[in-house]
Amino acid sequence: MATEDHGFDEFDDLNPSDSKWYVRTLSGILTKTKDKKPTPDGLWEKCKRCKEVLPSKDWIDHLYVCPSCNYHDRIGSEAYFHLLFDNGKYTEINAGLTSGDPLSFIDTAPYADRIKVAQHKTGLTDAVRTAYGKINGTPLGVACMDFAFIGGSMGSVVGEKIARMIDHCIATQTPFLMISKSGGARMMEAAFSLMQMAKTSAKLALLNKAKVPYISLMTNPTTGGVTASYAMLGDFNIAEPEALIGFAGPRVIRETIGKDLPKGFQSSEFLLDHGFLDFIVSRNDLREKLSTLLSIIWNKKKH
Amino acid sequence: MANAFWFDFEKDVQDLHEQLEKARVTHEQGKLDMSDMVQTIESKIKEAQKSVYSHLTGWQKVQISRHPERPYTLDYIGHICTDFVELFGDRQIRDDKAIVGGFAKIDGKPVMIIGQQKGRNTKQRQLRNFGMPNPEGYRKALRLMKLAEKFDVPVVTLIDTPGASPGLEAEERGQGEAIARNLMEMAVLEVPIVCIIIGEGASGGALGIGVGDKVLMMEYTWYSVISPESCSSILWRTWDKKELAADALRLSSSDMFKNGLVDGIIKEPIGGAHHNPEEAYSAVKAAIKKELKSLRELDKETLVAQRIDKFSQMGVVLEPEDGA
Repeated sequence: MATEDHGFDEFDDLNPSDSKWYVRTLSGILTKTKDKKPTPDGLWEKCKRCKEVLPSKDWIDHLYVCPSCNYHDRIGSEAYFHLLFDNGKYTEINAGLTSGDPLSFIDTAPYADRIKVAQHKTGLTDAVRTAYGKINGTPLGVACMDFAFIGGSMGSVVGEKIARMIDHCIATQTPFLMISKSGGARMMEAAFSLMQMAKTSAKLALLNKAKVPYISLMTNPTTGGVTASYAMLGDFNIAEPEALIGFAGPRVIRETIGKDLPKGFQSSEFLLDHGFLDFIVSRNDLREKLSTLLSIIWNKKKH
Repeated sequence: MANAFWFDFEKDVQDLHEQLEKARVTHEQGKLDMSDMVQTIESKIKEAQKSVYSHLTGWQKVQISRHPERPYTLDYIGHICTDFVELFGDRQIRDDKAIVGGFAKIDGKPVMIIGQQKGRNTKQRQLRNFGMPNPEGYRKALRLMKLAEKFDVPVVTLIDTPGASPGLEAEERGQGEAIARNLMEMAVLEVPIVCIIIGEGASGGALGIGVGDKVLMMEYTWYSVISPESCSSILWRTWDKKELAADALRLSSSDMFKNGLVDGIIKEPIGGAHHNPEEAYSAVKAAIKKELKSLRELDKETLVAQRIDKFSQMGVVLEPEDGA
């Protein structure tokens, strides 16, 4: 029933049964990530930082690293698995684990709903995927976080999948690569998420005892409980360029000290300078550099 | 025992305490025989305490855990231990005053006792950085735990922190790395570890000395991944939902025990440890002795395996139905 004040009378005959034809009943982008089509050739994308415009295909070929300013755009687990594993071939494990809602947590929306929405939006089950395959012929286990899933937050599923991947790496004597990308612990699982820090660190202690290499790659951003547990415990702590890496978030620190933070504070380069990273590696060189490192410390054992 | 500081929700108890004080003064001045009156008020206080303290909300428990007269780590050490030899420094940067620790004896048996320390006045609070350790504090704690391992002495940690210090220097010196290292090293430390939350158990800052064979919470304390205030600020985008956040986080000792995330609760004097510190000291001492006695019976391999297994079990995940 459109009224005069809305001035919609003239449209009434378009949909006489429902005058609310103009109301969007669904919001947001509904296409799942996995259903999205690759951009056809001929389309262009702009670097988020230097605004350089390149054909989309070039972005993909460059692994979403800007060729002119080296900006590392955020990519997900699928892209990392493809760039790391030989011929993009890998076996994912524990893919079906999903989050419970142990506390029936509700803030502005129920946690159970947030999970469903995130799953629908991303096509992922939670914020980490674990897989094994080969890198230049050497077996490698990888756990890779997805920022798109509730900010890459660490809840029980993240902790459990990482723990099981480490178990797999110990049992099969396979080097382990952790790719972190997370805002920290998942508040909606409260102390359950806190204890994932203890769980993953304890498992890494066992991996360490088994003398299996652990490489921790930190990408933008790696903060909070993730930094204060598995991300910082690598035999090799490495990072992509210009990633934000820290324990407390920049906003919290700024509010605490009441001053602006120095330029480059909590960047990969800052951490390298202060002795907390072994090296910074561009995404384009990651596969080669890891293979080289493993060929020195690991393959010799096997031959 | 009268406090200098009362919370709003304790108003009934506070009023009665004030009446009691007046009656006593009158009685002592010999003006009137008030002994009946004193007795009546005392029994009224007991009733009021029961009704006030038996239905505390999450947020009220958080408030009690922060009561300015609550016993702190050094108070417990002073009353539980003898021969405390405090040890300082991380051997790298400096001594962090927000974490204290050293060798001591409890009823003649050696322990390494470590805890976060808060201050009682402005000057002390600054010195102790409000109980918020810097990386060197966690590294000092680890150094002391390694010493304990070397000399086969069990470790007791007392946890009371609003969180690890957020700041420029903390980040420069690797706050995340320091906490992470402690989690990994504590998981495989080859001596018994008993951890007790005596006040606030805020997130990684608490867990950084909290990976134990037995983790106990005192009754009116909290332990979670974030403080209710910060949780409110992040999830509700306002500081006003702290009460809601405190309930949602299930951070009280009873909830944490129910969820299997801590191993036990140490009962406090009614109203909180500060109402009767002596009672709190002996409850904590008894708990430490009991836990250490049974942990000492385990061989090192079993001890470490059980500890790792305990933390590995924590978390709630749904397995896929098809077993994929």
